[in-house]
Amino acid sequence: MRAPQPSQTRKPPMSTTTLEDTERRKAWGFVAPALLWTIAFFVVPFLFMAAMSLWSRQSGQIVRAWNLDNYIAFFAKDSLFKGLVNSLEITLIVTVLSVLLAYPLAWIIAERVPKRLQRLALIMAVLPFWTSYVVRSYSWLLVLSKNGVINQTLMTLGLVSEPLEIASNRTATVIGFVHFFVMLLTLTIYANLIQLSPNYRRAAADLGANAFQTFWHVILPLTLPGIMTGAFLTFVLCIGDYVTPQILGGNNELVLPQIIMLQLGRRADFPMAAALSIILMLAVTVAYALCARWLKIERA
Amino acid sequence: MRDTLTKFASFAYAGLIYGFIFLPVAVLVLFSFQDGRLPVPPFNGFSLQWYEAVFADRKLMAALANSFMVAIVSSVIACLLGFLAAYALARYKLPGSALQRGLLIAPMTVSYLIIALGLLTVLNTFGIKLSLWTVGIGHVVINLPLCFAIIYSSMGDHHINIERAARDLGASDFKVMTLVTAPMLLPSILAAFFLSVTFSWDEFIIAFLLSRFDVTLPVEIWSLLRSGLNPKTNAIGSLVFLVSVAVLAVLELTLFGRTKKS
Repeated sequence: MRAPQPSQTRKPPMSTTTLEDTERRKAWGFVAPALLWTIAFFVVPFLFMAAMSLWSRQSGQIVRAWNLDNYIAFFAKDSLFKGLVNSLEITLIVTVLSVLLAYPLAWIIAERVPKRLQRLALIMAVLPFWTSYVVRSYSWLLVLSKNGVINQTLMTLGLVSEPLEIASNRTATVIGFVHFFVMLLTLTIYANLIQLSPNYRRAAADLGANAFQTFWHVILPLTLPGIMTGAFLTFVLCIGDYVTPQILGGNNELVLPQIIMLQLGRRADFPMAAALSIILMLAVTVAYALCARWLKIERA
Repeated sequence: MRDTLTKFASFAYAGLIYGFIFLPVAVLVLFSFQDGRLPVPPFNGFSLQWYEAVFADRKLMAALANSFMVAIVSSVIACLLGFLAAYALARYKLPGSALQRGLLIAPMTVSYLIIALGLLTVLNTFGIKLSLWTVGIGHVVINLPLCFAIIYSSMGDHHINIERAARDLGASDFKVMTLVTAPMLLPSILAAFFLSVTFSWDEFIIAFLLSRFDVTLPVEIWSLLRSGLNPKTNAIGSLVFLVSVAVLAVLELTLFGRTKKS
């Protein structure tokens, strides 16, 4: 995401080399509200939740006895551990599929679509996502359900006699996710592609590379940071999402966020929900560590 | 020959993906006009009855108003705090400024579900009742990093001399900030604001976990979903879609279209 006028340097102004106390106090006054808000409503709640994950719930009461029971239960109970496995499997499938589908589209928009139409092409790609996020998953139900658009079309055409089971399972969840992330990745990869100087391609061609070699040895490595940034974003958003699997996934293969919500709702087991959230965060941290070398964090 | 072939393949592929992207929303809008009880084929005929049902639904209309309020108020706070923090960190030399920047950006890297759950545990412990205010607090948490990052990255050094000139001419800090800095950064402040409004407007999990009796639109739509496939859900979804697109088009043509050229 880029602001309209990014600037590169952030050096303090020259005239303020001697910062007086009043100036500094003023600066603290400006930055304090944002810092306090973040600390009060993000850092403290997070630490609180981390502490709570070490408590337990016994006979309806939250007991402040410090132990690792919730984490041990997570690895011991298949119903909980399977949630992480499902989450990871679905997220990986979604990430890979989305990259594979989005890259060619980004390339076509950057290379084949005339310059003045590219902005329009991108706006068109984003347009369908301006409906409500909850409604987006619901609208896939209209397409995929037993009496939905796809099944009715196939049956009218006589291609199938029985409606296909494509809603309320993993396939539907993956389709719902891929739909959103293809758009997102198209944007990030496109942004990367148009920054490439055409000289790279010319140089590769001069050195005798054919179109495929140019792509494989020159263009693809250069766009890897864009791919990885988009893929990481996909991973984070996908593994933490509750709505899409809840609406489209049916109740057979629950993912981690669904299991967290179950702890909150039916059982009011906050310590367990907290522990599962920490595990979810750890999964994201591991993913970050794995692709950190490609991630270019802006203005860090 | 080979060129026309790749060209054809390219456009066929693009058409296919665009078809995939547009399929659900097209179905959604089409069957919001369904004359019948099920928003699936066959299409029985054109009817506005489901839109009437949406406008007659008091809870939906209240949720719409709530969403609007929460989005505006939380975005104003997020922009204000983000602007002040960006101003301080870009213009003054503060100890640990890298750490402060990291802290302000940190909520961006955490799932909304975890942010909501953390806030919920704290609110529960201190016995604070859930309301639209608690939803708003959560939305400021997720939008503040965004607003800060956007505004901070547009605070270039080339603005410093103008601010210094204003100060030399006797303007107070407050005047410099409101009459000089803020107008110069208006495009990015507005971008941050509108992005923040969009995120808050559409956010589900925080609003779901941190609200009680008054809810926002996504939460109300969520409870509509329990009735299964229902053309009324299509109608409210289509309405949100069409209004958002209209607002987007107006912004694109006026605000952002103009700043882009200048």
